[in-house]
Amino acid sequence: MIEARGLTKHFGNFTAVHELSFRLEEGDTLMLIGPSGCGKTTTLKMINRLIAPSAGAVFVDGRNILEQPVEAMRRRMGYVIQDIGLFPHYTVAENIGVVPRLLKWKPARIQERVGVLLEQLGLPPAEYAHKYPHQLSGGQQQRVGIARALAAEPPIVLMDEPFGALDPLTRQQARRDFREIEELRSKTVIMVTHDIEEAFEMGSFIGLLDKGEMQQLGRPQELLLQPANDFVRAFLAEKAAQLELQAVTLADVFPELSIGERPDGIFLEIPSETPLLQALYQLARQGAATVVGLTAHHGQDRWFQLDALFELFRKTLRRWNN
Amino acid sequence: MEQLSAFWQFLADNRSKLLELLLEHIGLTFLSLVLAAVVAIPLGIYITRHKRLAGAVLGIAGILQTIPSIALLGFMIPLLGIGLKPAIFALFLYALLPIIRNTYTGIEEVDVSVREAALGIGLTGRQILRQVELPLALPVIFAGLRTATVINVGVAALAAYIGAGGLGEFIFGGIALNNSVMILAGAIPAALLAVIFDQLLGLLQHSRLGNAGKMGRVALILIPLLSSSYFWPQAYGPGWKAGFDPEFIGRPDGYPHLVDTYGLSFNTTILSSALMYKAVERGEVDFIGGYSTDDRIKAYELAMLEDDRHAFPPYFCIPLVGEVVAREHPEVVDAVNLLAGRISDSVMTELNYRVDFDKVSPEVVAREFLQSLQLWRPDRAQGGERLAIGSKIFTEQYILVELFSQLINGYTDLDTDLKPGLGGTKICFDALRAGEIALYPEYTGTGLLVLLSPPQDTIQQVITEPDAVYHYVQRELAAQYGVKCLAPLGFNNTYALMARKEMAQRLGLEKISQLAGFSGQ
Ligand SMILES: Nc1ncnc2c1ncn2[C@@H]1O[C@H](COP(=O)(O)OP(=O)(O)O)[C@@H](O)[C@H]1O
Ligand SMILES: [Mg+2]
Repeated sequence: MIEARGLTKHFGNFTAVHELSFRLEEGDTLMLIGPSGCGKTTTLKMINRLIAPSAGAVFVDGRNILEQPVEAMRRRMGYVIQDIGLFPHYTVAENIGVVPRLLKWKPARIQERVGVLLEQLGLPPAEYAHKYPHQLSGGQQQRVGIARALAAEPPIVLMDEPFGALDPLTRQQARRDFREIEELRSKTVIMVTHDIEEAFEMGSFIGLLDKGEMQQLGRPQELLLQPANDFVRAFLAEKAAQLELQAVTLADVFPELSIGERPDGIFLEIPSETPLLQALYQLARQGAATVVGLTAHHGQDRWFQLDALFELFRKTLRRWNN
Repeated sequence: MEQLSAFWQFLADNRSKLLELLLEHIGLTFLSLVLAAVVAIPLGIYITRHKRLAGAVLGIAGILQTIPSIALLGFMIPLLGIGLKPAIFALFLYALLPIIRNTYTGIEEVDVSVREAALGIGLTGRQILRQVELPLALPVIFAGLRTATVINVGVAALAAYIGAGGLGEFIFGGIALNNSVMILAGAIPAALLAVIFDQLLGLLQHSRLGNAGKMGRVALILIPLLSSSYFWPQAYGPGWKAGFDPEFIGRPDGYPHLVDTYGLSFNTTILSSALMYKAVERGEVDFIGGYSTDDRIKAYELAMLEDDRHAFPPYFCIPLVGEVVAREHPEVVDAVNLLAGRISDSVMTELNYRVDFDKVSPEVVAREFLQSLQLWRPDRAQGGERLAIGSKIFTEQYILVELFSQLINGYTDLDTDLKPGLGGTKICFDALRAGEIALYPEYTGTGLLVLLSPPQDTIQQVITEPDAVYHYVQRELAAQYGVKCLAPLGFNNTYALMARKEMAQRLGLEKISQLAGFSGQ
């Protein structure tokens, strides 16, 4: 459990982060998103104590992080910085093993852990363990950076645009590998991104920041369907337009829609050539969770509700990007 | 070709000495390097943590490096005496800047993202330094050590000036004795040392990043080993400690002759003639081989021991006059001869002291002296023919030139041009023969050994008798070169063994021969 209460940072007269609060449980992933300079990195650094907040505090499992020795606290909080920052004089394996070594793990255990992580992140240890960072591509370096953050099995992981510097293709692959890491499901992850797709794909929560202030913090569909203000709406609309998701229609996901016995409720017929995103908006506009959408395609009928359709939307996003 | 074979011959004849000097040189270089590294690396690290001090620290280290080496060594003597300590300290000071600077920049150049990542994943400041910053800065720090090593190999040559040995003994001995083979025997090994160490450290420096540990270990073994090499050849026996300049040590009529004549042995230290008076005054050595009219005998309260067995050749001062001038201007000869026998050793010492320590100009000192002898007369010449008077480049000669000039101006119708400070014996004598100067002050011993340089047995026949030397030089210079040798001025500026006056009185030492009865302190 990690909680931020009223986190604020002033640089001189300039307020980089203003009264940020959130609370995450085990297994939650918070995606911090927003325009460049909105305070995402500053927020992460305050959580890691690389920057001292001007006001507010961070609590882990109910304890103020200031009450713990800073290094011990950091070792239980994996951190991937925006510029990766691999140690150039260490091999891949040595880089990943840094924190476990500090924690005095047995060499055999470290070696095994490094192997597992490399395997999971798609870097076969036999090939990569003994390379130096400069022998790796940007994407491979990012993965090593992530593995280093995860190495000591921290319950909390902070990641600052971990896929930021990658070209779109590599980014998608890296994202997929990352999602498949089993142990992440029991961790609390806070990830900074500037990519709305990434936020929707990976976040159980999304926090949209602007000028240091949280514009909306909520589940992805809440942001999409119930934007808290004009900024959120405009930000998402602008990004959504870029998604090309407009092209995915109900017909495209038709086989995955529900068939047979429909629940009771308000019915809303939507043509099968309607884009998925539009269908979501239409359902949401009705305002009730019990609204049931109906569509017909090639003489067959299917039905769907908001939550299920949103999951399909997410899946489609992933499929699209993969 | 001849030079080359002479060079090999010299090396072969002196190989054990060469090895000794080489080891001393290596030891001086690395001992100071280790000390400098021990201070400079932590200091370099410290200023990366306290950036406000960085400018000041680097500035001071930079200023230290611009102090001329011989001046720095001179400053050291009152503080640390002579020998190893001041030499190491001076070298240490010179080595500081490159090491501090490279440690500082090496660490500063570590990518900020690497440092931030290290901090972010939970390394402590100390761990970041040891595991990240130092290993990454190591190649740059090594480059600094490399620069410092090359500087130190060079400056270590100067250690010979303060009795710390090293290849400078050959270099400065060679310069003093005008022996280019000897100079090369010191300079070439020194240059080779610089190149070899530079290459070796370069190899270490460019070994792969991952080998930082290995690099450190090699350095850890090698550097103390090299540092200790200074002490390998050192074996001081009991006996008097004596400091001599490279010329005195090297000349057959210098130290070897002294030792033979009196059956003495000293623990000798080679010292620059500029520094040895201070060294004996400070008790760093018991004796020095000084020059008998040097004013520092008076200034530093030294006593000259009488050369009762005539080990040192006589160096009575004699004005030399060119053939043409002597023939056409006998009045010049008469004027200069007014000084014949009028200047004793102690008088010459006193005159030198007036110039060097009382800072009175040679012209005034000369005039006052002539006035005290009632010899001085105002300038008579009204734009007459001009005579050039030359001299060598030390205080005594500047005064003599003034004396000659004032006498010629006062007693003849000629005018004079002063050309003091000519580079050396050969230059003066060649200028005299070519007619570029009309006269200059010379010494009988130099006339015999340098200008005439007859076979050894001829030298042996005359050398113990001052008069015999004078007559031989007078006769032969006239016969061989047509140069006229005037009457000796009276003083004998020869080598002399000197001690602190206090010590000499305490031990009742007056003559060199008494020394054989003592075995040292
Ligand atoms: N050390 C600092 N001093 C002054 N201003 C800073 C500092 N660090 C960040 N800022 C400013 O704070 C704002 C937020 O920065 P940051 O958190 O890095 O933004 P981003 O959301 O792009 O990660 C930016 O306007 C940035 O210029
Ligand atoms: Mg950022």
